Amino acid sequence: MAAPLGAPETAEGSLKESIRLRAGNFANTSDPNPKQRPHMFFPNQKKRRNVVSVLLATAFLSGLIACNKKDSANQSSNDILIGHYGSLTGATATFGQSAQKGIEMAIDAINASGGVLGRKLKVIVEDDQGKPEEAQTVATKLISKDRVVALLGEIASSNSLAAAPVAQASRIPMISPGSTNPKVTQVGDYIFRVCFIDPFQGLVMAKFATNTLKLKNVAVLRDIKSDYSVGLANFFVENFGKMGGAIVTDVSYSQGDKDFTAQLTAIKAKHPDGIFIPGYYTEVGLIALQARKLGITVTLLGGDGWDSSDLWKIGGTALNGCYYSNHYSVDDPSPILRKFVADFTERYRKTGDTIPDAMAALGYDAALILADAMKRANSAQPDSVRLALAQTKGFMGVTGSISLDEHRDAVKPAVVLEVKVDEKGNGRNVFKESVSP
Amino acid sequence: MKRIFFVLSTLSLLGLLQWGVTTLLLDGPIRQGPYYYQILILAGINIVLAVSLNLTNGIAGQFSIGHAGFFAVGAYMAASVSYYAGPAIRGLVGFLPLAGQDAAVLLLALAAAALATALAGLLVGIPSLRLRGDYLAIVTLGFGEIIRVLILNIDAVGGARGFSGIPKLSNFFWVYLLVAAVIATVGNLLRSSYGRAFIAIRENEIAAQAMGIDVTRHKVLAFVISSMFAGMAGCLFGHYTMYLHTNSFTFVKSFEIIIMIAIGGLGSIEGAVLGAVLLTVLPEAFRGFESYRMIIYSLALILIMIYRPQGILGQASVLKRLGARMAARRSAQGNVPVTAPAADGGNGG
Repeated sequence: MAAPLGAPETAEGSLKESIRLRAGNFANTSDPNPKQRPHMFFPNQKKRRNVVSVLLATAFLSGLIACNKKDSANQSSNDILIGHYGSLTGATATFGQSAQKGIEMAIDAINASGGVLGRKLKVIVEDDQGKPEEAQTVATKLISKDRVVALLGEIASSNSLAAAPVAQASRIPMISPGSTNPKVTQVGDYIFRVCFIDPFQGLVMAKFATNTLKLKNVAVLRDIKSDYSVGLANFFVENFGKMGGAIVTDVSYSQGDKDFTAQLTAIKAKHPDGIFIPGYYTEVGLIALQARKLGITVTLLGGDGWDSSDLWKIGGTALNGCYYSNHYSVDDPSPILRKFVADFTERYRKTGDTIPDAMAALGYDAALILADAMKRANSAQPDSVRLALAQTKGFMGVTGSISLDEHRDAVKPAVVLEVKVDEKGNGRNVFKESVSP
Repeated sequence: MKRIFFVLSTLSLLGLLQWGVTTLLLDGPIRQGPYYYQILILAGINIVLAVSLNLTNGIAGQFSIGHAGFFAVGAYMAASVSYYAGPAIRGLVGFLPLAGQDAAVLLLALAAAALATALAGLLVGIPSLRLRGDYLAIVTLGFGEIIRVLILNIDAVGGARGFSGIPKLSNFFWVYLLVAAVIATVGNLLRSSYGRAFIAIRENEIAAQAMGIDVTRHKVLAFVISSMFAGMAGCLFGHYTMYLHTNSFTFVKSFEIIIMIAIGGLGSIEGAVLGAVLLTVLPEAFRGFESYRMIIYSLALILIMIYRPQGILGQASVLKRLGARMAARRSAQGNVPVTAPAADGGNGG
């Protein structure tokens, strides 16, 4: 960094310099490959460069214009702005998209019935591609640029954990529709959730395996890459052991794996009467298929990560007679839920998504609880909304009666569903039983 | 003397900027401040990653695609230092004000990250840099994945839950201090005999060896320095986001860094800086397109690669070209008429 300052210049020096430079320049332009073909569209080099710069400039400008348009639209209206960040693209894209569908429905329903405090609600949605640092950036953007009064998101706990400190530091209440990891709401008193937490789900499945299915020896196959799966597996192992069951083997796989033969062979050798697989639907479907191929016929059990219509498409009939715990059941006869399912089917028939999954239902509830808190607080100020949220008691959402406890976690029942799939991959989840906290 | 003056002026300039940025963006009147601040920090971290990878990939010509692995090692190493040893360090330097204690913890974490990643770079580099081209790429890719899976299985750093509870110690000042450090180091290295040896190895390994250059030693040196800076970037990243998860360190991140240096111009420091800034800012600038955002972003990258396959800045140094142009102009103003403009900006690379 200590380059010598320019040497004293003489006319001769600069002359030599310029000759040297011109020689160098000449050497530079003489292409090593002189017989290069002219470019297909733009034979003229200079012209080509101009075209590129014009294209790039247009792209930039249109981006800026699009941004500004959005800004001015936000500023001019009297709407209450709510931010939703979720994985609209990426590996867990169905979670973010489903939650967004539920949120949209809830917001439209609220606005149709007159909005909140005489103002309409407006959701600004941003994609975090399922990456933690993107989730943080997007949460910062929603809070500081769009000036939202509350945040909804994320489903995946790792993304919620990355964004929660931003919401906490900016004193903006954040409601996670589906992050079940206990750590999420421990970030601070502005972070809430409308779903139950992993320990409860682990307890539910342990109870169900012991009392209803009368299982004694269970194998665990966990997704080592997912915090959710590891946490849920730990809580299941702990509770199942307390109830007198035995874990015969505990093996793992990684999200994205395609072949599970090695793990399943190891499990088969231990002769369990059930396998607990707290993973996500993509791998669970493949595991079920491969297990049946290896001649493992025992019941498979899982958690809410199974909840996707893709599970039936991947696993097919191999999943018949398997059970998982979930936030709600579509078969539930409660009138609120029946209306929600009917509206959802009506609205999203075009997209081929006729039955709302749990993430859509939770997104719906998260938005409704937020609106309810604003009404009770009689204000859209973040601080008042937070206080009202913390006092939520017995709110009747589509996923059941929701109360928030002192840790800002939802206390609500879980349901156990049985998977039924036909030959064509059309599936249905049959309500088996409901387990209250 | 000049050097000390230079370092001191850089430090005070950064300090001044830190004060300005904080008052303007974080506490100040600009509505979107914190969002811009976040992008500024992430851009700085990406600059360090790109410039350091450029040393291996662009200057020494070794195709490494495991940079995210070193980034992860540094991030987790530094985070565990400040998480587990932080209170003890604060106790030792309790006489300092709070800001001083923060700096002490961060500096120790930085040192630990640098050491750990340099060691990891050495361990990976010695066997794998005897390989060339595709083989080296595969080995480094494998290393990055191994690191990630290892971290997933270490419960002390959160495993699959992610590492939360990291104190927020890094800020604009530290990030851009590291940016200045990495640019100064790589820039000086490039002008030294080591730099010339790196370039010789890139251009023709056999010829370089015939000239008496210890090829493996130089390759390992470039690799170790580059991984060390990646580790330090990881330290500042973790202490900024306060939460680490292995999803941030997949091979996709490695490729992102490679794209940065390819877009900017392989082998040029300014190119790496420009590429890093572009790849941080573009996806954010395109948010207005909503769901088409990533398509337009990818399209922009493809367009740049079609029309500027040598990268936006090419391989030649912009500063050098500017200097040359100014010298030519000066001589043109003198008594010698110059007809062709010297050092035309378009023919680099």
